[in-house]
Amino acid sequence: MNSVEAIKEISGVNPLKCMKCGKCSASCPSFNEMDIKPHQFVTYVINDDVESLAWSKSAWKCLSCFACIERCPRDVQPGRLIDAARQLLIRQRGQQGLTAEEIPTLLDEEMPQQLLMSAFRKYWR
Amino acid sequence: MRRIGVFVCHCGSNIAATVDVKKVVELALREPGVVHAEDYPYMCSEAGQSRIAQAIREKQLDGLVVCSCSPRMHEATFRKCAEKNGLNPYLVEIANIREHCSWIHKNMEEATQKAAILMRAAVAKVHLNAPLQAGTSKVTKRALVIGGGIAGIQTALDIAEAGFPVDIVEKEPSIGGRMSQLDKTFPTLDCSACILTPKMVDAASHENITLFTYSEVEKVSGFVGNFTVDIRKKARYVDMDKCTGCGVCQEKCPSKKSLNEFNRGLNTRSAIYTPFAQAIPNVPVIDATACIKMKTGKCGICEKFCQAGAIDYTQKDAIITREYGAIVVATGFDTIPLDKYGEYAYNESKDVITSLELERIMNAAGPTKGHLERLSDGKAPKEIVFIQCVGSRCSDRRGKPYCSKICCMYTAKHAMLIRDKYPDTKVTVFYIDVRTPGKNFDEFYRRAVEDYGVNYIKGQVGKVAPQPDGSLLVQGVDLLENKQILKKADMVVLATAIEPNKDVRKIATMLTASIDTNNFLTEAHPKLRPVESPTAGVFLSGVCQGPKDIPETVAQAGAAAVKVIGLLAKDSLTTNPCTAKSDELRCNGCSQCANVCPYGAISYETKLINDHGVREERRIAVVNSALCQGCGACTVTCPSGAMDLQGFSNRQIIAEVDAICR
Repeated sequence: MNSVEAIKEISGVNPLKCMKCGKCSASCPSFNEMDIKPHQFVTYVINDDVESLAWSKSAWKCLSCFACIERCPRDVQPGRLIDAARQLLIRQRGQQGLTAEEIPTLLDEEMPQQLLMSAFRKYWR
Repeated sequence: MRRIGVFVCHCGSNIAATVDVKKVVELALREPGVVHAEDYPYMCSEAGQSRIAQAIREKQLDGLVVCSCSPRMHEATFRKCAEKNGLNPYLVEIANIREHCSWIHKNMEEATQKAAILMRAAVAKVHLNAPLQAGTSKVTKRALVIGGGIAGIQTALDIAEAGFPVDIVEKEPSIGGRMSQLDKTFPTLDCSACILTPKMVDAASHENITLFTYSEVEKVSGFVGNFTVDIRKKARYVDMDKCTGCGVCQEKCPSKKSLNEFNRGLNTRSAIYTPFAQAIPNVPVIDATACIKMKTGKCGICEKFCQAGAIDYTQKDAIITREYGAIVVATGFDTIPLDKYGEYAYNESKDVITSLELERIMNAAGPTKGHLERLSDGKAPKEIVFIQCVGSRCSDRRGKPYCSKICCMYTAKHAMLIRDKYPDTKVTVFYIDVRTPGKNFDEFYRRAVEDYGVNYIKGQVGKVAPQPDGSLLVQGVDLLENKQILKKADMVVLATAIEPNKDVRKIATMLTASIDTNNFLTEAHPKLRPVESPTAGVFLSGVCQGPKDIPETVAQAGAAAVKVIGLLAKDSLTTNPCTAKSDELRCNGCSQCANVCPYGAISYETKLINDHGVREERRIAVVNSALCQGCGACTVTCPSGAMDLQGFSNRQIIAEVDAICR
């Protein structure tokens, strides 16, 4: 399965439903921290560039506040896409070279707890 | 044994690309009674029809099966062709091998097999077809228009001008509808009331138009040309014949706290009221839920001051029964409720308003006498934000999936009017797309941008947050700049989606007219019959059929009127001869068929019956073929199998099923 199919399956999002209204970006509290803005998430998936999305700053700046999911008028829910992009990265164990020992050095006060927990679950052993 | 001809159409490649038509012809010739079979590229063409004619003459055919498209398309064509060549039109059967076969299958072998089966069923049926004669029914030469907005008024005026009487039923105390609530109209910016009220007066004074205001349709029975309608005239508590419309009662009424519906609840009105100054008829109604006299028995001030003696607290609702040949639905629209859109703070702040509310605020007869003011503190707003597509184009269950069509234009209108009247007020419009197709529409929008300096931002608003200082903080996005925007505004205007009037479901059910998932009434054909409902004799006018602006509504209203006039101009209608018929020998007079008949077509009579030598008087069902619409409800209800539908008899249906299963 290629990464576009994977991200669609994990997120359950059909990016083609997006009408480019920008309500996600208008709602996002982390907008200014992001390199790829919420309304652009779908474009990266449609253009077959999940790689950039997964390695973007945005993946780690999303607070999972769900404002975009709640307010999206087309049920596209960009928050699910970026969450799926994170999942994709986390699932690529080995390729990414993240070890459990490295995690404490990556600790960042701004990092979402949810993310730490999933990384911990994945690499603890 | 019938002599049957089978004609297989290619429909260009529509059928022939998926169905082996030659094979169907070959198989047809093996069917009992089939003495002729052929295929042709376009059976419906002149040439195709002349081949049918030739075959009827040369082979003495007395039954035809045409394997072609849906009978909805060309059954009439082939029936006419048969009739012209001396064959009863009801001896023609259509086997639908296009919609039911070639269009929905890919495998040629299987599709050919299915086409052959459909052909076989039609041949089996045609063996049992009896020649039928169409009857006639009379046409009541009067039309009913439900809804007295611009759509209903225009339809009624056009029908009345053609010389037919029309009744308008309007549930509000006055005709005028939504258009009477608008201040100015795009793209010409003329005053809405100035162009509407002359039409209202025309309608009220036309000798062929009767107005039933403050009235609702209660019950509809009958069918095209012969509808019977019960209209509930709600108690006005004011005698329409005596009232002079002086307005003293409204001034003196001490109960002044009811929300003014006409002003969208932005201010209050008295318990006895006319919705607006130019109301037609200019006769007030008493709101029984607010009237002190009606609630407590004490007051009666309006009665005391009414010099005409028109007040009558004892008035009751009245039911009027009228007959009509045609019914036009013109029930219009309302804006959607915004309860599900918490992010726009509509329920939190008085300064977040809908566009229709702004329309009332801008109007001289509105709650602020036409001055642009914040409803919270009465101050003039210096910064106004318009938000487009609030509830429109939303497939998320909070809103409506369709585009409301009118919002882009009225927002440009509002923005332009505000910039013109209050040049130091800044106007920002957040939009997804600006959709302005229409004569002089895009030019109008560009004028707002270029000549009036309205700031259009491509992007949506995520949140409107009321601030402690009374202002509104608008968080939006500029997608072209790729920037998030925080803007302080004094007023936010929401371009709220429109939806069909909530009563339309009830009315559609009464009329057996179909509605779509968004409660818009369905057309008989979306392109070719846009103003007719699939229910014969029911026509559509205005937004009840789909979002549209005033020019489109007026055009459609005229089109609906033409259809009505075309119907009323006929003295009689040809009825469908495929009606129910009861077998006297089998009927036991149980009345079950009459109970299920939606058209009241079945009655009973006592008749002397000779049942195989036994002569006795029996109560038997009789179908009035002018009333029967051939729905078949009685045939499936009849416990003794006495009811049968001509043209679709039980034997014919079983023969078809047998042929399919063979």
